[in-house]
Amino acid sequence: MTTVSTGKDTRTADPDFEAPRAEELAELLVRRTRPPRPGALSASMTFGWRAMLKIKHVPEQLFDVTAFPIMLVLMYTYLFGGALAGSISSYVQFLLPGILVMSVVMITMYTGVSVNTDIEKGVFDRFRTLPIWRPAPMVGYLLGDVVRYLIASAVMLTVGVIIGYRPGGGLPGVLLGIALLLVFSFSFSWIWTMFGLLLRSEKSVMGVSMMVIFPLTFLSNVFVDPRTMPGWLQAFVNNNPVTHVASAVRELMAGGWPGVDVAWSLGWSAVFVLVFGWVTMRLYNRR
Amino acid sequence: MTDLAIETEGLVKVFGTNRAVDGVDLRVPAGTVYGVLGPNGAGKTTVVKMLATLLRPDGGRAGVFGKDVVEDADAVRGRVSLTGQYASVDEDLTGTENLVLLARLLGHSRPAARERSAQLLAAFGLEEAADRQIKNYSGGMRRRIDIAASILNTPDLLFLDEPTTGLDPRSRNQVWDIVRAVVAQGTTVLLTTQYLDEADRLASRIAVIDHGKVIAEGTKGELKASVGSGSVHVRLRDPGRRHEAERVLRGALRAAVQLDPDPVALTATVDGHGTDLGAAEQAARVLAELARAGITVDSFALGQPSLDEVFLALTDGAPVGEKDTAEGKGPVDGKGPAGGKGPAGGKGPAGRTRPADGKSTADGKGPTA
Repeated sequence: MTTVSTGKDTRTADPDFEAPRAEELAELLVRRTRPPRPGALSASMTFGWRAMLKIKHVPEQLFDVTAFPIMLVLMYTYLFGGALAGSISSYVQFLLPGILVMSVVMITMYTGVSVNTDIEKGVFDRFRTLPIWRPAPMVGYLLGDVVRYLIASAVMLTVGVIIGYRPGGGLPGVLLGIALLLVFSFSFSWIWTMFGLLLRSEKSVMGVSMMVIFPLTFLSNVFVDPRTMPGWLQAFVNNNPVTHVASAVRELMAGGWPGVDVAWSLGWSAVFVLVFGWVTMRLYNRR
Repeated sequence: MTDLAIETEGLVKVFGTNRAVDGVDLRVPAGTVYGVLGPNGAGKTTVVKMLATLLRPDGGRAGVFGKDVVEDADAVRGRVSLTGQYASVDEDLTGTENLVLLARLLGHSRPAARERSAQLLAAFGLEEAADRQIKNYSGGMRRRIDIAASILNTPDLLFLDEPTTGLDPRSRNQVWDIVRAVVAQGTTVLLTTQYLDEADRLASRIAVIDHGKVIAEGTKGELKASVGSGSVHVRLRDPGRRHEAERVLRGALRAAVQLDPDPVALTATVDGHGTDLGAAEQAARVLAELARAGITVDSFALGQPSLDEVFLALTDGAPVGEKDTAEGKGPVDGKGPAGGKGPAGGKGPAGRTRPADGKSTADGKGPTA
């Protein structure tokens, strides 16, 4: 709806085209037995492939997972580093895993926008009339987005290492941290698929997303230790899923095993999938 | 008795306070093109969306090949394809990517999906555009790729929602040819359109929908007959024999005959009452009888009411119950006395949508675009 147009009417029908002759079409349409329906995983992966194709055709959309995270890392490290931790290099050890979590969780919000713009297009009607596992188109989006999150994580870690971040957990710790973050982001994104289906315009999706994402990411332990906060705020911050994920990722990357925070992160993930996944599919089927 | 591809009973869909579909009953025989004709906002697309399992009916029931569209939606989805009003393909992807994507979703293996899309792209004349994004396709090409996507797996029922809206005449003809070829292979097609001409050319049965209700249903012939039937226009060589000719016509057609202002011309309606003969056959009989009476005929034309007239007569609020009397249409559409549809004009409503007068010679077809 938003991007249609350029030159679509410049070409007229090609005069040489002749509709296929009946015999020709008969050959195409012979009622060969239909292939078995694809499984849930296969259908979801196919939709994931669609998301990859979209990135291929519109690579500019990777801006938000490359330039934006770099900007966040540099901005917060140099803005707060000296004041909060005395030095840039000591603050970046604390900040980087947190800012990684924050950026990726922020990026998840684009899922809602793309669902919202896509669902209005005719192609979605076709998807919804296919005899496939119903959540596959939505899962496909999220799988595509996981790739974006992965790119963002790689970019930020690279920048982090350049400006002095030295994860104590080495490569295994970093990979575990990223894996946990991806699981959480995938699950959390179901909130956005819900809003994408629920709200009427792209703008309202953006607006609502901001309302959700800002408190959730800033009112966490990403920037500072919550112990300096007033009690009521601590209550929120300590129970914020982003806090659990940030703590878990920070510890994993530092080489520790934060069992409790990992459990909380996975627990929240399960809750998000169950609750918002269910609401999403209800909206999807109702539309 | 053929099987029914679609059967609905009292289908209702309400959006807020608007009863978009208000008690629609349809019976679509398998293996035919069924036209759903109506102006914008009549509820055509809503009906299609309910039948294609995209919208849940608020009342009544609908079945596709005997499967309920709500209870058994998955079984229905396995047998239908939808080509929506706006291209139901992904604008950002290329032609090949779209077809491969959909073929994969229908369960084809990767190589099979590639092969199938290549075949279809070739058959629909899109080989050269295969690697271009759909957003760079012309309107006609979009429609073709859209229909190609719908027959990746040969569907038993194909929904075409206004397939030619916005197309130039050549592209429209191409789409029509494709539709005919698809139907020839045994697929049932439900076609919605706001173009009477299109329904006339493709559909064997037509339902006219307005304000969410079916206001008329039948074969093209039945619909045309319901509004008034055709008329025979005769010009004689000798004005002195006009009254004689009038008697011949009245005897042959058992219908009202009108003496035109032109002293050598007469017009009579051909409404098929009391005879199984078609309008053309009756007209032939009139000619034969005029010849037998020794009356020289200089020119002769058979006009059928176009679907435009049918449509406007029906949607202008003509009581459907009156449709079997030719006279009944008089006051409704302002056509004046019976038979007043002579070539001289005075057709009122029909002229509003199309300047062409809906008549041609004895083949009885409407105007061609």
